[in-house]
Amino acid sequence: MGYPHRPHPRETLVLSQYFGDPDARSYRGWVKRGGYEALRQALAMEPAKIIEIVKESGLRGRGGAGFPTGLKWSFMPKEKKKPHYLCVNADESEPGTFKDREIMRWTPHALLEGAAIAAHAIQAEVVYIYIRGEFTEPLAIVERALAEATAAGVFKDIKMYVHRGAGAYICGEETALMNSIEGKRGNPRIKPPFPAAVGLFGMPTTINNVETLAAVPHILARGAAWYKSLSLSSPKSTGTKLFSVCGHVQKPGNYEVPMGFPLKDLLYELCGGMRPGRTLKACIPGGSSVPILNREETESCLLDYEGVAEKGSMLGSGGVIVFDDSTDMVYQIMRLARFYAHESCAQCTQCREGTAWTTKILQRILAGQGKMSDLDLLLDLAENMTGKTICVLSDSCAAPVVSGIKKFRGEFEDYITGKKRPVLAA
Amino acid sequence: MADELVHLTVDGVPVSVPRGTLVIEAAKRAGVLVPHYCYHPGLPVAGVCRMCLVEIEKAPKLQIACGTPVAEGMVVHTQSRAAKEARRGVLELLLINHPLDCPICDQAGECELQDFTFQEGRPATRYSPDYPKRFNPVEDFGPDVLYVPNRCILCTRCVRFMEDVAQEPVLNVSERGDRAYIGIHPDARLDHPWAGNVVDLCPVGSLLSKDFLHKARAWELDKTASVCTGCSQGCNITLDTREHVVVRIRPRPNLAVNRYFICDHGRANYRWMNRGDRIEAPLVRRPGGELQATDWDEALDRAATLLRGTAGAAVTLASPRASTEALFLARELFAGRAWQGAFQVVMGEEAPLPGVPNLALRAERAPNCRGAELLGYSRDYAAALRAAETAAVVLVLDEPEVAVRPAGVLVYLGTVLPESARDADVVLPVATVAEEEGTFVNRDGRVQRYWQAKPAPGMARPAWWVLAELGAALGRGPAVTSAAEAFDRLAAAVDAFQGLSYAALGATGRVVGTPVEVPA
Repeated sequence: MGYPHRPHPRETLVLSQYFGDPDARSYRGWVKRGGYEALRQALAMEPAKIIEIVKESGLRGRGGAGFPTGLKWSFMPKEKKKPHYLCVNADESEPGTFKDREIMRWTPHALLEGAAIAAHAIQAEVVYIYIRGEFTEPLAIVERALAEATAAGVFKDIKMYVHRGAGAYICGEETALMNSIEGKRGNPRIKPPFPAAVGLFGMPTTINNVETLAAVPHILARGAAWYKSLSLSSPKSTGTKLFSVCGHVQKPGNYEVPMGFPLKDLLYELCGGMRPGRTLKACIPGGSSVPILNREETESCLLDYEGVAEKGSMLGSGGVIVFDDSTDMVYQIMRLARFYAHESCAQCTQCREGTAWTTKILQRILAGQGKMSDLDLLLDLAENMTGKTICVLSDSCAAPVVSGIKKFRGEFEDYITGKKRPVLAA
Repeated sequence: MADELVHLTVDGVPVSVPRGTLVIEAAKRAGVLVPHYCYHPGLPVAGVCRMCLVEIEKAPKLQIACGTPVAEGMVVHTQSRAAKEARRGVLELLLINHPLDCPICDQAGECELQDFTFQEGRPATRYSPDYPKRFNPVEDFGPDVLYVPNRCILCTRCVRFMEDVAQEPVLNVSERGDRAYIGIHPDARLDHPWAGNVVDLCPVGSLLSKDFLHKARAWELDKTASVCTGCSQGCNITLDTREHVVVRIRPRPNLAVNRYFICDHGRANYRWMNRGDRIEAPLVRRPGGELQATDWDEALDRAATLLRGTAGAAVTLASPRASTEALFLARELFAGRAWQGAFQVVMGEEAPLPGVPNLALRAERAPNCRGAELLGYSRDYAAALRAAETAAVVLVLDEPEVAVRPAGVLVYLGTVLPESARDADVVLPVATVAEEEGTFVNRDGRVQRYWQAKPAPGMARPAWWVLAELGAALGRGPAVTSAAEAFDRLAAAVDAFQGLSYAALGATGRVVGTPVEVPA
């Protein structure tokens, strides 16, 4: 469902307040709505003070890992000896996630303002906004907004550039993104050294997600205490979060709710519930890389970092993929594995070979050629692919396989025993 | 700071290494080789094969030994269950797309995939034979390099060598996931003068030397430490022989000279060692003018008699490929009389390896110019040739370009008999570098030993043996029975070599004029 659509009364509109309002896209329109006031204030502040406020707000990275933003900024050298960089991760490619796209489409200045504040806080003179290559419309909008805001002189000495990606999922991994900006193959780098020490072009670098940065002007304008107060639950998860809901709900789309909002309410109230005659079977709560929740887990899950972790999954990027009882879980898991096999950068053995082998096994099962021992093999392979590689792409492929076999083993067995008709030809 | 030692244990063995050392190198000091593919001490760390995963106490997960620096008190387990399981997993994954074509693969027998699979891999694969293996056609990368992508394990050593060491980045990783392969720039060839090193660096049989293709099985080869004769750099090499035929030259690590590399010129410089047209017996000129084969006793007697019967100037025309020992003894023959010695050296284009300081294929295409100079041989070969025409005696030491017909006696020591040497009064057959022991002095004054890789043909002997016998017959010192004796005599007699001994040269040599360190 596209925008404009009327927000649900239970949403808390902070980031998405102007979604659907074309006038907010222009520099003048943004200023009219109070935009760039937070930046003006921030530029008059000591960088350390801004970091303090963001730390106090409890804001955590919205790209998937949920690392405390203020803490991340504080890792940058206090005493500046080299150029500092800020990278904006707008390479939103996680299957099931489309929140950054809408931020860039409707409120590009929120991103630019947040990026400029962050750049000041970490003493960066240059900002690179790395936008997913397929995002042609958001790219054009952000470029126009950047030209307008630059012409207006709001960024002072901070220079911002838009860098368009070329279509690799892995370039959303922070160090692969830096390699890509540098003109190299988008391969993740070994950490340590971490970007705050050795990042873009070898210089101290901070990288933040679009949604994270878009929240920063609000935090500066309305205070850390206000941001914290939005949370319905754990003090470790604060503010609001955009959830991109897709799949078998009546009203898929982006919904902004406070941290701690019940997943059940998001699906059944805001999204209008399942299609007529259908019931919920499973849900991936945080983008395709996180473990799958079954119905019971989904319906008792609170949407914050701790709540989703308690159910054995992760809040991740907030990409909620919903499966009703018509879903073939084996097929869906194969599709995910196939995606990771396609996108593996090919550096680490476990990922390069493991993602592809996993996909082959799943395809054979779907073709009615599977063996019972394949399930143990898949789990053993997944074990091999977890926690052993440079980045977590390999782990991301393993997660849905492991949780899928654990929670929906019967569906796998039905293909293996022949109880279910093959859906693929061998 | 740099000297500060860090203490750790690897599989229970305590080691102390400088700060900054990688766990994989510290493990070597503890006598533990952590299995690995992408890591190579001569290349930047990639950390991609994930084969060297080890358990480090207090670390939350397994760590790569190649990318983890040591820390004080670190406790490393390479043989823990988790570490072994992880490496077994990597091996299984590397093998699913690897063809089982070891019987026709040049790398078999010296393949790290074979070795580590044998050491700690699974007895059988769980990969279904119904799944097709990755296939890509063989690619012709360059003058001496073939790429067999089906065997490639994507360790990227070749890519990193070309990028960081040769600094001519023509190779890359193309495609993604399990479709990945090593690509070459469409307009480029792998023809850098040092490109052949990618063949040695490849841990499997994916990059092959066309020159060595299907020539021998690795286990049939005898390997002998030697020194390259291709130029004055003095790269350390291994001569690989099969049934006394040299079939391949590979680099032998020497951090002070060539690190882990040799150039393609040196690599290809071995066919002359297998020449069939060698002099196999001493020859003496019979009445009537014919050179006739004889035994060493008669030949040495004849040569001694001829030399004893001459008075006046002596000239030695020497090859800069002759051993230091032979060059010394050739000079000693004429001690006390008017003598001049000279050498000529073929010159070529210099070809540096940019990523390694002071390493190049040198313009001087001979290994022992410096040794000859230190022993008093001149570079003014033309002057020596002129002098030779009127000299009482001319001794030629394996220099085939002898365009001289001296008025006096001509004694020729050589491996082969060029047309111009047929005027010699005595011809004494000598061994090549592959057939004797000896030393060369490289351009930086490093005296380096080479070892005998194969027998000399027929009655040919090392030149130092021949010259020492001749000297003894002339009453100029005792004969020698080894290169060691010859060298030690040289070290005692020539100031430049003072303090050196053959034994102390070791496998990596010593620089003249530096004191010999006594190991603590």
